[in-house]
Amino acid sequence: MQIYLPIADLPVNVFLVLGMGLAVGYISGMFGIGGGFLMTPLLIFIGISPAVSVATVSSHIAASSFTGALSYWRKRAVDIALALMLLSAGILGTATGVWLFTELRALDQLDLVIGISYVTLLTVVGAMMIYESVRAILRTRHGMPATLRRPGSHTWLHGLPFKLRFKRSKIYVSAIPVWAIGFIIGFIGAIMGIGGGFLLVPMLIYFLRVPTATVIGTSMVLTLVTMASATVMHAATNHLVDAVLALILMVGGVIGAQFGARTGQKMRGERLRLLLGLLVFAVGCRFAYELVVKPDDLFSLRYVRSE
Amino acid sequence: MRRIALTLAVIALLSGAGPAMAERLVVSLSNHRVAVTSSFVGEELVLFGTIEPDPVTTPLRPPYDLVVTVTGPRQTLRTRRKERVIGIWVNVDSREFLRVPSYLAVLSNRPVNTIANPDTLRRLQIGLDNFLLPQRIGSDFADTVRDDPFRQAFVRLQTQQGLYRESSTAVTFLTPTVFRAAIPMPAAVPTGSYGIEVELFTGGNLAARTNSALDVIKTGFEQYVADAARDYGLLYGAVTAMMALLIGWFASVIFARD
Repeated sequence: MQIYLPIADLPVNVFLVLGMGLAVGYISGMFGIGGGFLMTPLLIFIGISPAVSVATVSSHIAASSFTGALSYWRKRAVDIALALMLLSAGILGTATGVWLFTELRALDQLDLVIGISYVTLLTVVGAMMIYESVRAILRTRHGMPATLRRPGSHTWLHGLPFKLRFKRSKIYVSAIPVWAIGFIIGFIGAIMGIGGGFLLVPMLIYFLRVPTATVIGTSMVLTLVTMASATVMHAATNHLVDAVLALILMVGGVIGAQFGARTGQKMRGERLRLLLGLLVFAVGCRFAYELVVKPDDLFSLRYVRSE
Repeated sequence: MRRIALTLAVIALLSGAGPAMAERLVVSLSNHRVAVTSSFVGEELVLFGTIEPDPVTTPLRPPYDLVVTVTGPRQTLRTRRKERVIGIWVNVDSREFLRVPSYLAVLSNRPVNTIANPDTLRRLQIGLDNFLLPQRIGSDFADTVRDDPFRQAFVRLQTQQGLYRESSTAVTFLTPTVFRAAIPMPAAVPTGSYGIEVELFTGGNLAARTNSALDVIKTGFEQYVADAARDYGLLYGAVTAMMALLIGWFASVIFARD
């Protein structure tokens, strides 16, 4: 069944888009991430322009992270104080990102920046996750307990001023790295059309030593707010959010996420991280391939304005 | 811009005065309004027409050739070329095509280059190769030679999308003086006003011309969404974000049981 998308200005198959929503939703539920880094490339692949894809995916991620955030909220696994601190900087980051997105689009270099950011982020983060989870798996094999959080191990980050205590996460850290992380996630999310969950979770664990109990719930609240505001800002400045496309993606996404979450809960943490690391790394390599290999067509068209 | 307009006016005058008019074209379009709805997957319009003697007593001069040129609303588009820079492929060079048709179909009963000589075709802008596609070159505007790589790429990319086409089989003569032209409207057809130019040739010369028009419009829900996104961006974004929250909340309520 074909449906015409009013903003993307082309017809798509409803079941194909719904299926994509389901598949990405399943993965996002399984790993507790938004799944934007998978959805945006998929939309571009079916012919939707990168700009419309990035802008629309933000609303899709908002929907699926809201479902997730609600269920973590019920389990009291959200550190609201930490989320608010991250958010205050995240909104600024999103606004900066949307602004840069508009500028780069005018310069014809948006696709390149999106491409390079994907490659760098995904390959680096993917490789780090693979390395960390393989080590954890080997450690448990040798009978040692796998601990992510090493109490008492302080880094230079703990020496910074403006210290704050976050009760639910039981951490005492400076506001500076919290703000920096919030800003980076908001910024990257707006430019790349990703919620940044796969970046935020490791950052919170490794830099701030947030315990695993509250890290995913808190990250989902942050993702929810940055993506909801990215939707509004993209709609207000670039007029590129396709509500019809977003609706189909959301419906598929939230259903898929429920089933994914069940699969995820049955798996062991380090196995899950290894799988996610492999997935992230593979997507990164796919983008690298596209940048390096000579494209089939050296020319491309971009719409400037109607007369 | 003014120079182009002036050139066009002169061409129009010359061609109008040029051939001694002995024929008149009467055309009718199957539908003057193409509605793009949620189930729109493209459409084919049909233009019917007859060739009448003008004045009635003059004899007709068959065989005839017919060219129908359909142009969509004007747009400015940029053609970009990738080049390898430190190992990766980057958009380096680009040309802006100013006020070019978003849709351009050249339909005829046989290949246009066999209908008239190159000069005539060039003057009347018949065929994709001869249609005026002005580029911004520095501070000047001009249509370049037809084998300019940017122009070729532009036409090729538009053709790949089904927006530009040249068909030498789309016009069929039912009798020597009654013809039918099939105008394809692909799914990705831009909305707006379209112009249809019908040109009749005999013996390689323009014998008569007429024109018609059609509108492609978004209707109902599609129109509503597109207008809202353009005119009330902030509100539209807020509504989309609310929709996301609502769906997220629904899902958590439905699946909360297990």
